[in-house]
Amino acid sequence: MKEFKILAVIIALVGITYYGIEPYAHHVMHPEVAPADFSFKDLKNVDTSLKGNPDNGKVLVEANCIACHSIESAGYPKVMPNADAAASYGVVPPDLSGAGWIYDKNYLANFIYDPVSAMKLQHKYTPESGKQFPMPAYNWMSAQEIMDIVAYFQILAPKAKAGPEAHKNTFEAACGRCHSMKYAGFEATTPVENIKTYMGATPPDLSQYIKSRGEHYLYSFINDPQVLLPGTSMPRTGLNQKAQEEVIAYMEDIGDRKKAERETTGVWVMLYTLVFAIAALLWKRKLGDFSS
Amino acid sequence: MAEFKKADSMLEWFDQRLGVVNFAKVMMTEYWIPKNINFLWAMGVLLTVLFTFLLVSGIFLLMYYKPDVNLAFDSVNYTIMQEVSYGWLFRHIHAVGASVVFLIIYIHMFTGIYYGSYKKGREMIWVSGMLLFVLFSAEGFSGYMLPWGQMSYWAAYVITEIFGGIPFIGDELVVWIRGNFYVSDSTLTRFFMLHVLLIPLVIIGTIVFHFYALRFPHVNNEAGEFFDFEEEAEKYLAGNKKESKVVPFWPVFLSKDFLVLGFFMVFFFYLVFFHYGFAMDAINFDKADGLKTPAHIYPEWYFLWSYEVLRGFFFEIAGISGKDLGLIAFGIANVIFFLMPWLDRSPMVKPANQRPYFKYWFWFMMVDLIVLTVYGKLPPTGANAWVGFASSLTFLTLFATLPFITKAEAKKVKEK
Ligand code: HEC
Ligand code: HEC
Ligand code: HEM
Repeated sequence: MKEFKILAVIIALVGITYYGIEPYAHHVMHPEVAPADFSFKDLKNVDTSLKGNPDNGKVLVEANCIACHSIESAGYPKVMPNADAAASYGVVPPDLSGAGWIYDKNYLANFIYDPVSAMKLQHKYTPESGKQFPMPAYNWMSAQEIMDIVAYFQILAPKAKAGPEAHKNTFEAACGRCHSMKYAGFEATTPVENIKTYMGATPPDLSQYIKSRGEHYLYSFINDPQVLLPGTSMPRTGLNQKAQEEVIAYMEDIGDRKKAERETTGVWVMLYTLVFAIAALLWKRKLGDFSS
Repeated sequence: MAEFKKADSMLEWFDQRLGVVNFAKVMMTEYWIPKNINFLWAMGVLLTVLFTFLLVSGIFLLMYYKPDVNLAFDSVNYTIMQEVSYGWLFRHIHAVGASVVFLIIYIHMFTGIYYGSYKKGREMIWVSGMLLFVLFSAEGFSGYMLPWGQMSYWAAYVITEIFGGIPFIGDELVVWIRGNFYVSDSTLTRFFMLHVLLIPLVIIGTIVFHFYALRFPHVNNEAGEFFDFEEEAEKYLAGNKKESKVVPFWPVFLSKDFLVLGFFMVFFFYLVFFHYGFAMDAINFDKADGLKTPAHIYPEWYFLWSYEVLRGFFFEIAGISGKDLGLIAFGIANVIFFLMPWLDRSPMVKPANQRPYFKYWFWFMMVDLIVLTVYGKLPPTGANAWVGFASSLTFLTLFATLPFITKAEAKKVKEK
């Protein structure tokens, strides 16, 4: 009995200390932020209740977008090699095969209308800065036309619907023009010198960011980088919830590759040690308990 | 050379050459341990086991680790964690083991303080134990640098910078420790050497010495009772096992230690597999970058209390700058526990709760250390800075008053 009291005192002291240096300290250093908003409520330039016509959308995309963007799944190849595209625009325009699948509808429509405000980069592209966003704003289009484009992207089926392959594709489409993933052998499509000049900061290699930032942080950060890093040049990318979860899953697939093995091995090792403990208990009984 | 009979058994063969039978008696079956002890006396064996874990997992890590600023981060986080089979397991055992070993060291140390196991003949056990504490601290600190993450770099930067505060030689000393003007490749390589060679060697020697120091005074017991071990051992050997106050180390004492060890291991492996974040700080998964200071820099949890004593003095007092005061306090904090046997002036060897004054001192100290640890992690701004100051001051005051408190206690007990 007495030994259990001693154990209780130790557990209490260790527990209080643990609470102070882990959950509590974490809470002080990383205050809670607003929850992720996957409807992008702040964007209201386009009436997204209009029903789009994909056939007209296709015409508009051919006329306006494929001069810069490839859409591999619809048979529009890259216009020029990545190095040249990076030299022309600062960053390689992403392939749009998955656009209707990974971007939130409201975000995508508003992005076409005005990319800078959708990405929340007004602080970077001020009139005084003299900087110009490389993709033109299509604010001259009617809401109907923009919704036609959105409808067109939505009928392009993705290459993979789920699983690690889909995680990878979404990551490369959404983040791959800026970020590398060294531990997966993936290099950002935009060469590092170009992207640094373009962004004013080097986008980090994301191989270990699932560990250094954790899922919770990434969940808010990807949804709206300005909330956690005010003034950052990393754009809001407008992923819908499913795509964002795929990106995070990919970061985990690559950054914490052995998770499944760890969790199954863990259960076995703990069971084994439990057997050891019980055997020790029986052995002690057999020798005759000598103390309390 | 003595003449050798032909041995009848393998045991005899070895006994003739190495005296194993006698050795086993002296070390195990006739090494006597008091009966009257609780599971806190198993901490020493837990520490021995944990140290073995650290050594073995460390050897495996060493086969793939690269002590070079350009390679270190990926050799740990990619090669070991992802390519080598079960490399991640060795790393997790090593990192979690390094953190948990301090938890057990602290429990072991405060058990010693609580039961007064550092005085009346046990001074050398205590001093060698404190040496182990200092050596483990150096081992922990040097090891933390090896993955070359952001916290590796910045903790190394901040801690080596501390030496710059030493008068006259400070600046040169920092450069000498780092091997460069800033934390760099030469710093990493020399800390690598310390971590895998020099400090472990000294630790092994000191553990042997710690065990040796236990032989003559014997371990203490729950009541702090002194008795004649030879006499009690004779009783035991004569068959009066019930009456005797001792049991042999093997198998009786160890059977209990194995029990404690068994349940401890379940907990330990739970941490290794499912709850390792406290031992592998997230920020350290960002590669070291000397141009990018992290928002919060803090050492591993087991250094937080002394780090807070360092930070606690943040303003000038009597013409001495806060930085210098902190440095002095930090210096004191790191050596003062060595002096426990001499600061405690009461000859009483009893559990703290049976000592009229010392019990207050003990629990005050525990609370203060917890406060220091918690505030050592929080940003030192606003009210936090003042809590840090007050608890640092309390820490020093507690030690300054210990001789007087215990002296008064001795007097009071004598009068009774
Ligand atoms: C002049 C070249 C150019 C044209 C024309 C162009 N884009 Fe872009 N687009 C870019 C560049 C460059 C980027 C990457 C910008 C960045 O990441 O900073 C981009 C990014 C995008 C993105 C990614 C948005 C995100 O949140 O990550 C989408 C979607 C997109 N464009 C759609 C379109 C559509 C639809 C059209 C036609 C209506 C179009 N673009 C026309 C250059 C162009
Ligand atoms: C147009 C380029 C660009 C795109 C696209 C982009 N990023 Fe970034 N990202 C950056 C830059 C630049 C930084 C560095 C920001 C800074 O230091 O302020 C950054 C930083 C980050 C960080 C680190 C944040 C931190 O706490 O330091 C994460 C995580 C991240 N990006 C994830 C993503 C993910 C996931 C995607 C895809 C959904 C993505 N990024 C898309 C440019 C980009
Ligand atoms: C990792 C390093 C250490 C190892 C492997 C170790 C091991 C042991 C072992 C096996 C014992 C005997 C059993 C027991 O009482 O637990 C012991 C006793 C003791 N140790 Fe340690 N120890 C270590 C560190 C320390 C430290 C840091 C201190 C404190 C300064 C310390 C102080 C003592 C004392 C005072 C005793 C005697 C306990 C008593 O008489 O009741 N040891 N140690």
